[in-house]
Amino acid sequence: MAKTNDKLIVNGKRLDGRAFGDMRPITMRINAVDNADGSAQVSFGNTEAIVAVYGPRKLFPRFLQENDRGIMRYRYNMAPFSCTDRIRPGSSRRGTEISKTSRLAFEPVAFLNDFPTTVVDVFTEILQADGSTRVTGINAASMAIAVAGVPMRDLVAACSVGKIQGQLIVDLNGIEDNNSEADVAVAMMPTKDRVTLLQMDGVLTKDELFTLLGKARENCMRIYDMQKAAIKNSFKQNQDAEAAVEADNGEMQ
Amino acid sequence: MKTYAYDLLVNDKRIDGRAMDEYRKISIKRGIIHNAEGSAVCTMGSTKIIAGVKMETGTPFADTLDEGNLVVNAEFTPLSSPDFEAGPPGEDATELARIVDRGIRESETVDFKKLCIAPGEKVWMMNVDIHIINHDGDLIDCAFLAAMAALADTKIPKYVDEKIVRGDYQSKLELLHAPVEVTVCKVAEKFLLDPDKAEEDAVEVKLTIAVREDDNICALQKQGAKDVSIDDIKRMVETAIAKSKELRKLLK
Repeated sequence: MAKTNDKLIVNGKRLDGRAFGDMRPITMRINAVDNADGSAQVSFGNTEAIVAVYGPRKLFPRFLQENDRGIMRYRYNMAPFSCTDRIRPGSSRRGTEISKTSRLAFEPVAFLNDFPTTVVDVFTEILQADGSTRVTGINAASMAIAVAGVPMRDLVAACSVGKIQGQLIVDLNGIEDNNSEADVAVAMMPTKDRVTLLQMDGVLTKDELFTLLGKARENCMRIYDMQKAAIKNSFKQNQDAEAAVEADNGEMQ
Repeated sequence: MKTYAYDLLVNDKRIDGRAMDEYRKISIKRGIIHNAEGSAVCTMGSTKIIAGVKMETGTPFADTLDEGNLVVNAEFTPLSSPDFEAGPPGEDATELARIVDRGIRESETVDFKKLCIAPGEKVWMMNVDIHIINHDGDLIDCAFLAAMAALADTKIPKYVDEKIVRGDYQSKLELLHAPVEVTVCKVAEKFLLDPDKAEEDAVEVKLTIAVREDDNICALQKQGAKDVSIDDIKRMVETAIAKSKELRKLLK
């Protein structure tokens, strides 16, 4: 996306009207892919990620299996139509790196030791990109992995923080990301207060970095509450649907 | 993993008797490849990495029509370790290349506008290729020193009649900053720098921190399949800033 020389902050507000500490509107949905063992769709403003989890399932070819633990594979991929310029399908260096760091955001969290010789496959597709795509993907993946029934120490919540035109902000959108002085991606186990992913580009002083980490922590906690609510809600809906079916059956009899 | 190296590290000891925050002996030599526009070899203990810079011309990216490009690529050559196999760059090589790339790019060390030949049409493409010769741990820090030394050695070739005149140079590449990357490792509750391969295998979390000469931080990347607290991150950043001064002297 293009660089701009225009102001990103007008009258103390960001271009989309947000205050520095505001996240964009967030939506979360469980069960976005019927075939998957667990799936979720999350949007932060215009950024939209869909994640499907398959497994734990037997890993083939067999020489890849680990006898004392399961492994995780994580694929971060941008749909060709997700950006203003078409993304050429196939692996990219950026995608390879994000896939690796995202996988490492979950390895400390998922109890893969309970599933020897298996794999948990996490497939993330960015349907629409408007900044902060990797953290949006991680937020969705976290819920999808949980719903797939993989035991976890905690959910993983992630958010981006950064600096634009001298101001420290949270949840960068596309234009802010492309013109930022620094952007930081953070994933955490919120209730354990542990960081599982940390990446930064740009220039920050030590103190700015530490301030941003604090902001990231606050936002991860908020996101965590939303994730928890979305998961609970999805099971409640299932129960309601089942109850409705049972009620129908009762009437028929 | 509970190995010999692990047992030593949790007791604040190193296999080779170093202090926990002590690097192995580092030596850097520039200008070792005459066919490259810039080159350097960096050894850190027995880790050895060559970085070479080749200048090519190409068309600029659509969003930066008046700027040259930087491409960092890393090859984990099979000759450098029994663990590496031939083939296209894997996940680790890609990650290393991108961490080095970010340290150079985000620190604003290179003025890409000066690498423009004809706006919108022709710019210099600076390829920094990182070749691992021997892998004995701490590849990122070593690769970054090699890359920075190679850039400091880089000369821009003459460009006449739309052709590069190899071996004849118009100017040296100007470097505006002096970033270094320091990878701080954590095992159990201990922190260490510059692990050798055996120690690195015991390390649980790593944080690579790119630090500029003004102590600003210009790239971060957490690695390793363990989590870490924000207090630990702060401590690791402080360690990196302190140590960066020592490494930077080696690039002078």
